[in-house]
Amino acid sequence: MANKRIDEATQTETVGHEWDGIEELNTPLPRWWLWSFYGCIAFAIGYMIVYPAIPMVHKATEGTLGWSSRGQLAEEMKEADAARSTVRAKIAAVDIVKLPEQPDLMAQAVAGGAAAFKVNCVQCHGSGAAGSQTLGYPNLNDDDWLWGGDIKTIEYTITHGIRQANDDDLRQSAMPPFAGVFEPQQLDALATHVLSLSGKAKPNAQGAQIYADNCVVCHGDKGQGDRTVGAPRLADAIWLYGGTKADIEKQILNPRMGQMPHWGGRLDPVTIKMLAAYVYSLGGGEKIAQTTTPEPVKQDDGQPQQ
Amino acid sequence: MSIISTHKKIERNVTVLAGLAFITVTIGGIVEIAPLFWIDNTIEKVDGMRPYTPLEQAGRDIYVREGCYVCHSQMIRPFRDEQERYGHYSLAAESMYDHPFQWGSKRTGPDLARVGGRYSDAWHVQHLTNPEAVVPDSVMPKYGFLADTDLHVADMKANLTALNRVGVPYTKADIEKADADLMAQADPNADAGDLEKRYPKAQIRDFDGNPDRVTEMDALIAYLQVLGTLVDVNAPAAQEELAKEKGR
Repeated sequence: MANKRIDEATQTETVGHEWDGIEELNTPLPRWWLWSFYGCIAFAIGYMIVYPAIPMVHKATEGTLGWSSRGQLAEEMKEADAARSTVRAKIAAVDIVKLPEQPDLMAQAVAGGAAAFKVNCVQCHGSGAAGSQTLGYPNLNDDDWLWGGDIKTIEYTITHGIRQANDDDLRQSAMPPFAGVFEPQQLDALATHVLSLSGKAKPNAQGAQIYADNCVVCHGDKGQGDRTVGAPRLADAIWLYGGTKADIEKQILNPRMGQMPHWGGRLDPVTIKMLAAYVYSLGGGEKIAQTTTPEPVKQDDGQPQQ
Repeated sequence: MSIISTHKKIERNVTVLAGLAFITVTIGGIVEIAPLFWIDNTIEKVDGMRPYTPLEQAGRDIYVREGCYVCHSQMIRPFRDEQERYGHYSLAAESMYDHPFQWGSKRTGPDLARVGGRYSDAWHVQHLTNPEAVVPDSVMPKYGFLADTDLHVADMKANLTALNRVGVPYTKADIEKADADLMAQADPNADAGDLEKRYPKAQIRDFDGNPDRVTEMDALIAYLQVLGTLVDVNAPAAQEELAKEKGR
């Protein structure tokens, strides 16, 4: 290369070009930059050896550390489980019926249940568990229960859900649609009678007769409901699909019936136990009464059904 | 010195520079992408995946049309916080019949990869009609019009044929019966035939609470209710397969 020379002022070599007397210095890269660059190359080679990197015929190299993102997750989960294992083991060991008798453990179960409730339940039952009186989601704060409010029954309901296909039949029931069965005037009388059960309307003899013929089997002669089939109490001010006469008529004609997912396959048994404790603690929890506790047909071990 | 002076030729000839840069990038791309087509562990070997039923596929098309993917991802990443909220992390196998996939990269709403079975059909109708009715602080738009719009698919057979051509294993019978299957899955009065046999775990019922019509709401809810339910990821066989995994 022609005309390369050392520039006097900077003691740096020029690149050898010259245009109209202007020359360019060939300033070398800073050493720190150059060595960082070589360092990165060396690091990349090491990285490719210890971590999964190079694709081969059947699979990529596994790396000498044996790392995988899913393996790392499994370890993190194991650690997290270990950190709370003492409390969870204690909760798992205690019979859920006895849980409320141990205030410390119960408090921890309620706290764990509150956290799980926020993730899994608030979308329907609301963040304060107040449900909805028109959309069909029961309020869990009151003492009005569809299927029973003792802690064991609550656990059973959470595990199996409500009206889930392919689950056992303790939480299955259906109200028949009465569309086309009644004359408009009869329907009006029946709705009036239903309202009268909670004192919102005057007694109606014709409605009472229709009620006696069609509704008492599930809802009871005084509208007390029936927890074995999840038939709601009609003799109170708590409604699932609205409490106006029009709402009641609509519900008689084409009943909407609530569904709840079965959480047995999604959540582990201890989380379900904690959820039951939380719901039980909300204010409407009932003492165990043998008559209202259904005997589980099969124990759900928390494993997903095959 | 010689290699440097050769390189100068490249630097001074823009066509040669562009040509060689293209070749370099191509090699890089091939090395990164091509092996995924032959290495064995790209897609996990788990049981249960099947192509979408015509109704689910139609619902999926509505999902894409309405831009649900703009706010909802369908990809539970292998992190503890995601696993505790949404369930088991997503497998590549679970989206292998998705064209295009809906993994997404932005979550304004929650991830939907395992939303199937998490809510009742009635909840979905209430929520799509007016999200704030059930989730007070939701910013999701209202999609109630889906319940008023009859499901209209120009040619379901053609849709399945196109998917079949890009590798979704629809059988001849599936494609033949596509239009009948489409309506039968959401109509409790129709005869679904062997739909459930050809599409295991297919949920056949009225989804939108209006058994008289098959609406876009039916299709969308049918799609949402199947998401993440086909592979039983927590089953011992699947867990054993995942435990063997290395190099991912």
